[in-house]
Amino acid sequence: MQNKRIVEIMVGFFILVAIVAMFLLAFKVSGFTDFSANHTIKISAEFDNIGDLRVRAPVKVAGVRIGEVSDIVLDRNSYRALVTMLISGDDKIPTDSSASILSESLLGSNYIAIMPGFDTTFMRNGDKLGETNSAIILENLIGQAIFKPKDEKGEKSNV
Amino acid sequence: MLERIQRLGAFGLSFCERLGVSAVLLARVIVRRPRFVKALPLLVEQLYMVGVLSLVIIVISGLFIGMVLALQGYNILDKFGATVQLGQLVALSVVRELGPVITALLFAGRAGSALTAELGLMQATEQISSMEMMAVDPLWRIVSPRFWAGLISMPLLTVIFMITAVYGGYLVGVGWLGLDPGQFWANMQSSVDLHKDIMNGVIKSGVFGFVVTWISVYQGYYAVPTSAGIARATTKTVVYSSLAILGLDFILTSFMLGGW
Repeated sequence: MQNKRIVEIMVGFFILVAIVAMFLLAFKVSGFTDFSANHTIKISAEFDNIGDLRVRAPVKVAGVRIGEVSDIVLDRNSYRALVTMLISGDDKIPTDSSASILSESLLGSNYIAIMPGFDTTFMRNGDKLGETNSAIILENLIGQAIFKPKDEKGEKSNV
Repeated sequence: MLERIQRLGAFGLSFCERLGVSAVLLARVIVRRPRFVKALPLLVEQLYMVGVLSLVIIVISGLFIGMVLALQGYNILDKFGATVQLGQLVALSVVRELGPVITALLFAGRAGSALTAELGLMQATEQISSMEMMAVDPLWRIVSPRFWAGLISMPLLTVIFMITAVYGGYLVGVGWLGLDPGQFWANMQSSVDLHKDIMNGVIKSGVFGFVVTWISVYQGYYAVPTSAGIARATTKTVVYSSLAILGLDFILTSFMLGGW
């Protein structure tokens, strides 16, 4: 009888430890930031070139993550990339904001930075950001630096 | 010539027969009238035998694998000046691949072989036949709780393995090699996804648990009832389980990376 009790207690502890481990994995290891939950709004923006941007890349305002990229498709008429973002509904984005694609470090992954405008009306679900800046392609920059006319070279020594 | 072809045919037929017998055994274990009140104490006892007693080996291996992964990863990442990504490296490799596979291999060696030996000895000492004599269904009384216990314990053990390995990596990376704990966790959290990485790892371990317990239960139940037969059945359990785990792991990974 005593033995059976111990067995049951041990099994209970085993299951409890596994549940705690699952919670730790969810919150400590994966950070559990699920933007696909409700209370988000969907906005989109068109870019000339998205560079290395991928789905689930972060969307940031002033460096703070407020959402993520949910979909990237090519607009077949204008040949521009249409990027759809899921953004937390609490964060109000003025309608004249602009979006640009930046990279986290020289070799890091890309993200979308939104520069807030000054409008008093805010983006709603399904709206499109008008003003966008494309990703900076490293190869183009190098090309520009190499093939720059000689008279400008002195000023741009820090490139 | 014809004799050889005949032998090949006989081998193929007996293989199919064994496969069919094991499938029938599995179906008879799974598909039955549920008797929760009576089955629960049996299940708890087997959870103790299969799950709790495997806990020590799982925790210790998890800890050491996380630690050695951090040590190796640190030395490689150091060449690229990317040691801040150590948390990501340890977490992703443990959660996606090493966690389910190594837990399943250890589980096959620790619990699977024990299941086979136990069932084989029961068969050899005619405990199972005498149970049938007393109108107690041995599949219900003996096999079913062991099967379910293996199926339930495996994902739980894997989750415990994963978290111990991550903390083992933390111990070496932050405690010994002196990385910043904030960067360690932040880079890990930004790259590990709950559904894509952790849940897929848990699904993998569920499949492995199913296959390993199925193989060990079948090998034990149909073992040749002699001491040599039990020895062969136990060996077969470990060998077949390990091969099945590694093969299935490749198939499952290719499905999961393909966006399944």
